[in-house]
Amino acid sequence: MIQVKNLTKYYGKRLAVDDISFNVEKGEIVGFLGPNAAGKTTTMRIITGYLAPTQGNVWVADHDIINQSLEARQQIGYLPEAIPLYTDMTVRSYLDFAGRLRGMDTTKIRTRTDDVIEICNLEEYVDVIIGKLSKGFRQRVGVAQAIIHEPAVLILDEPTIGIDPIQVAMTRQLIRELGKEHTILLSTHILPEVSVICQRVIIIHEGRIVAEDRIDNLSSMMSGSQRFRLQISGPVKKITERLQRVKGITKVNYEDPNYTIECAAGQDPRRQIMDEMVRGGWTLLTMEQIGMSLEDIFLKLTAEEETDE
Amino acid sequence: MKNTATIALKELKSYLASPMAYIVTGIFLILTGFFFSISSSTYYETSIKGFLEPGNLLLLLLVSVLTMRLLAEERKMGTLELLITAPVRDSEVILGKFLGSLGILTIMLILTLYYPLLLIAYGDPDIGPIFTGYLGIFLLGSASLAVGIFASSLTSNQIVAAVVSGGILFGLWFIGFAATFLPEAAGEFIGYLSLSYYYPDFMRGVIDTRGIIYYLSITALFLFLAVRSLENSRWS
Repeated sequence: MIQVKNLTKYYGKRLAVDDISFNVEKGEIVGFLGPNAAGKTTTMRIITGYLAPTQGNVWVADHDIINQSLEARQQIGYLPEAIPLYTDMTVRSYLDFAGRLRGMDTTKIRTRTDDVIEICNLEEYVDVIIGKLSKGFRQRVGVAQAIIHEPAVLILDEPTIGIDPIQVAMTRQLIRELGKEHTILLSTHILPEVSVICQRVIIIHEGRIVAEDRIDNLSSMMSGSQRFRLQISGPVKKITERLQRVKGITKVNYEDPNYTIECAAGQDPRRQIMDEMVRGGWTLLTMEQIGMSLEDIFLKLTAEEETDE
Repeated sequence: MKNTATIALKELKSYLASPMAYIVTGIFLILTGFFFSISSSTYYETSIKGFLEPGNLLLLLLVSVLTMRLLAEERKMGTLELLITAPVRDSEVILGKFLGSLGILTIMLILTLYYPLLLIAYGDPDIGPIFTGYLGIFLLGSASLAVGIFASSLTSNQIVAAVVSGGILFGLWFIGFAATFLPEAAGEFIGYLSLSYYYPDFMRGVIDTRGIIYYLSITALFLFLAVRSLENSRWS
C-alpha cells in the first residue's frame, strides 16, 4: 500500500532522512519508531505530500506522490503531530469541511459523520466549538477527520502524545480497531506502544532505518543472545566472577537483587550455573529466561549506530 | 472548482464568526461615513467622491488586516498540513481564500450603498461616476486582497504578513508620485505600474479598459505568486 524507495530529504544542508526504503502491505499496522528528530515526521510528511523529497520515490496505493499527487492524497487519512483543527468551528462543521475537501458529497458526509462520531466517541461534543475541547477530545476529532473519507491508508504521527493515560489506552484500542479496515503507519517514540498496537516495526535513527521486522522476529533476531535473570544468595563479587567463567556466558550484570546474564545463541548454561552454585556453596533462589524487550532492542540498535560513527 | 467553493465558503463563514471582520467593516463604515458627510456638507456636491477618494488608503490598510490571517494562521496552527495534504490543488486553496475574502469586501461595499441612496433620495446625482467609482474601489480592493494573500503565504506570523502587505500596497500606491521626479519615459512607465494611476479616472466616471486590465493583472500576478509561494514551502 505504501512503497518508499531510496527516500532522502535535506533541509538546506541538514540531512533529515537518509536513503530509506520500506513497504507497508495492505492491512498491516506498522510502527515507525525512533527518538525525537530521527526523521519520522519528515518521512510521514513526504508520504502525505506535505513536503517534497529531495530524492527518491513514494507510492501510495500505486500512485506516485509527486506525479499523481491528488490521486495519492485521496487515499490517505493523515493525523499530523500538531492536530490540524480550526478552533473556531464546531466538531460537525469541521468534519463537514474535512469531508468536502476530500470530495465527498453532502449525503455521504452526513452518514459518515455519524459513523466517525460514534467510532471516536464524540457523541456529546458534535456541536461544541473545537477550541473548547480538551486535548484528548481534540485528538479524537483529529482521528475523526483522518478517517471520514474511508481512506485506504492512515498515517498517524505520534497519535498518543500529550493525552492522559486513560485516553491513551482508548486511542490504542481505537487504532487496533481501525487496523481491521485500514492500512496504518503510525509513528511513536514510546516503545510499549509499538508492541501493543503494531504487527511490524521500523526503527529509524538519525534518518536511517536501523531495523525492520515483525515484532516477534525482531526480538529473537536481536537475541542472537539469550538472557536469564537469577537470584542467588551469597557474596556478589565471587558469584559474578564465577558466573563469568561459565562457558557461553558473555555478560554478567548485578543489579540488586538480580543478576542478569547474557549468553550466546544456542547455548544453554543453566545446568552448569546450577553446578557452579552448588560447588561454591551458594543458594540459587530463582532462575528465569527473559526475552529482550523492545526497549532493549531499541537502545542496542541506536547505541550500535552511534559507535559506528 | 468545487474545492475552491468549499474553501471560499469556509473562509467566509469563519470571517463572519470572528470579531475581526466586524471591526474592520465597522471602522470602514464609520470613517467613510465621516468623509462622506463632511464632503457632502462642505462642497454641496452630489457625488460619492468624498468617500471614495480618502477611502482608498483606508481600504489598503484594512485589507492588509483582513488578509493577514488567511495563510499565516493556517501555517501557525498546523491546519495548513490538513489543507495541502487533502486532494486539493494549491491554486484551488489560494483561489478559495481569495474568493472568501472578496466576499467580505463585497459585503463591506454593499453596506456603503446607502451613501449614493441618500444622494438619490435628496438630490439628483450623476449615476455614471457612482457606478464607475464602485467599480474602481472594487478592483482596487481585489488587487489589494491578492497582495495580502501573497504576503500571508510568506510567513506564519500574522503581524509580519500585515506589515509586508501594507508595505507592498502603499509602495505600489505612492510609487506613482515618484513619476514627476523622473525623466519622462521612465516616469510614465513607473506611473503605469502604480495602484494610484488609474484610480482617479474611475472616480471621475471614466471607464478606462487599461485601468480594468491593470487591476485584474495585479490581482492575477499576486495570486500566482501566492500559489508559487505555497508550492515552494513543500521544497523547503
